[in-house]
Amino acid sequence: MEALATFYETYQSTIAYVGLNALLALSVYTTLSCGQLALGGAGFAAIGAYASALLTLRAGWPFPAVLLAAVVLPALVAVPLGLPVLRLRGVFLAIATIAFGEVVRLGIVNWDYVSGAEGLVGIPQKTGVWMIYLALALALFVLGRLRGSRWGLALEAIREDEPAARTMGIPVARYKLAMLVAGAALAGLAGALEAHFTFMVAPSGFGFEKVVHMLVFAVVGGSLVHWGPVLGAALLTLLPEILREVAPRVGLEPGPLRQLVNGVVLLLVILFLPRGLASLPLRGRARRARWVES
Amino acid sequence: MNPGPPGRSSGEAAAESNGAVLRLEDVHRSFGGVRAVAGATFAVAAGEVHGLIGPNGAGKTTLLNLVSGFLAPGAGRILLGARDAGGLPPHEVAALGVSRTFQNIRLFPDLSARDNVVVGQHLRRRASFAARLLFLPGARNEERAAQEEAERLLARVGLEDRARAHARHLSYGEQRRVEIARALASAPRLLLLDEPTAGMNPVEVEAVARLIRQVAAAGTSVLLVEHNVRLVMEVCDRLTVLHFGKVIADGAPAAVARDPAVIAAYLGDAA
Repeated sequence: MEALATFYETYQSTIAYVGLNALLALSVYTTLSCGQLALGGAGFAAIGAYASALLTLRAGWPFPAVLLAAVVLPALVAVPLGLPVLRLRGVFLAIATIAFGEVVRLGIVNWDYVSGAEGLVGIPQKTGVWMIYLALALALFVLGRLRGSRWGLALEAIREDEPAARTMGIPVARYKLAMLVAGAALAGLAGALEAHFTFMVAPSGFGFEKVVHMLVFAVVGGSLVHWGPVLGAALLTLLPEILREVAPRVGLEPGPLRQLVNGVVLLLVILFLPRGLASLPLRGRARRARWVES
Repeated sequence: MNPGPPGRSSGEAAAESNGAVLRLEDVHRSFGGVRAVAGATFAVAAGEVHGLIGPNGAGKTTLLNLVSGFLAPGAGRILLGARDAGGLPPHEVAALGVSRTFQNIRLFPDLSARDNVVVGQHLRRRASFAARLLFLPGARNEERAAQEEAERLLARVGLEDRARAHARHLSYGEQRRVEIARALASAPRLLLLDEPTAGMNPVEVEAVARLIRQVAAAGTSVLLVEHNVRLVMEVCDRLTVLHFGKVIADGAPAAVARDPAVIAAYLGDAA
């Protein structure tokens, strides 16, 4: 018991980041689930983080209200963004949403009220690790109930063949917008929880690199099932920590090795498991089913 | 044969007495300088199998795309019942009771055959997401009913034992039949079939012919684009012949087959 407590003390921040990154990965998953590559997540996380930090520091709102605002505000921003941008397809949608994220980041850098590039510091630590995992559990529950339902199947139909989905009477634009809004809300929540965990927010934390990480979590974990991105986030958050322990023993700097291993993991997954780690158990089931059939 | 489009007036009379499910009035659609549909006028009556034929490039698929909402007409009216549906988006046209299949099959390849057909019932399902979220029996019962209905429809096209297979793993003919089952799943008033027997063997074609007759007998109108002349002559109550975007004949299959204008369009003008 004692050992467990020390372990938790030591790795509390890592455990928190597994949860935070899982939330961010799920925010990419929501739009991927209907086949849309939207990469505005870092921008939505920044909006959530800054809005929550300001509400805590300058307005003194109670934390639950702050979190609610960090969910609602990015979701509201996603509506006018999504209406025009979701008419774009594939890589054009990705570029437009990346541009949105950059606009948010540069806006913050040039906004003196929030101390520009230096960011806001001295945010009281109000996020408990349990809150992160409660949020994650709720998100997974809702996404799990969505799967296989009328709406979940509609999303899959849109991903598989959009014109065919439209002839089934599925209002495709509305579904895409709903998922963009849901993803924005998740990213905003993750941003707020992180801001109140690390005492500070700075625009450098919400750059292009951030959204690439979010996407890589979802790709490595697999975006065909809702727990795939969580798996990817956990693996890629824990791996650097393990490397930090291992690297000195083999006489390497942990920093560069971390980039290398991340790159190799991504490459291996894309080459051998294009549907991500989550496809491993599904694959086994498919093989058994084929065996039973024949 | 009478001069002019044979049987047109009697056809309109029949359509009116039955209440036409679909009526096109002088519909035009051009792409750049190409007039793909140039003033098409005809009607599909309730419970009728209506063939739409014509040489390649006659505008048949363009016409289906106009009716199903993928294209907006340049001019003219497309009436579904009393409602002018020209220019409505596909999902709203679907809500008016129109369902279709595609010339190049468009299933959801990574979904099972059964789930493909369940998606086809999208418009008929009413339970709320809140009910699903809270495990309420209403949502669960609806879901089970949708799956059973999907299996019934698959049985109807002879694929009851393929319900769990991914659509991508089905043969070409099977995929076409799943697509028909999916189109029927919305319980449409008008079913648009774009070359449903392309690539099928004679046995499968015979089965599809029977199915089309059953569907029509149950009250759903069918607008059938098809190159298989024998199938068309066998199942259609009425034929409309398009040539360069214009209706050159409209009437009973036997009469249309003897129409000199039709023969000229297909075989070239001997004179």
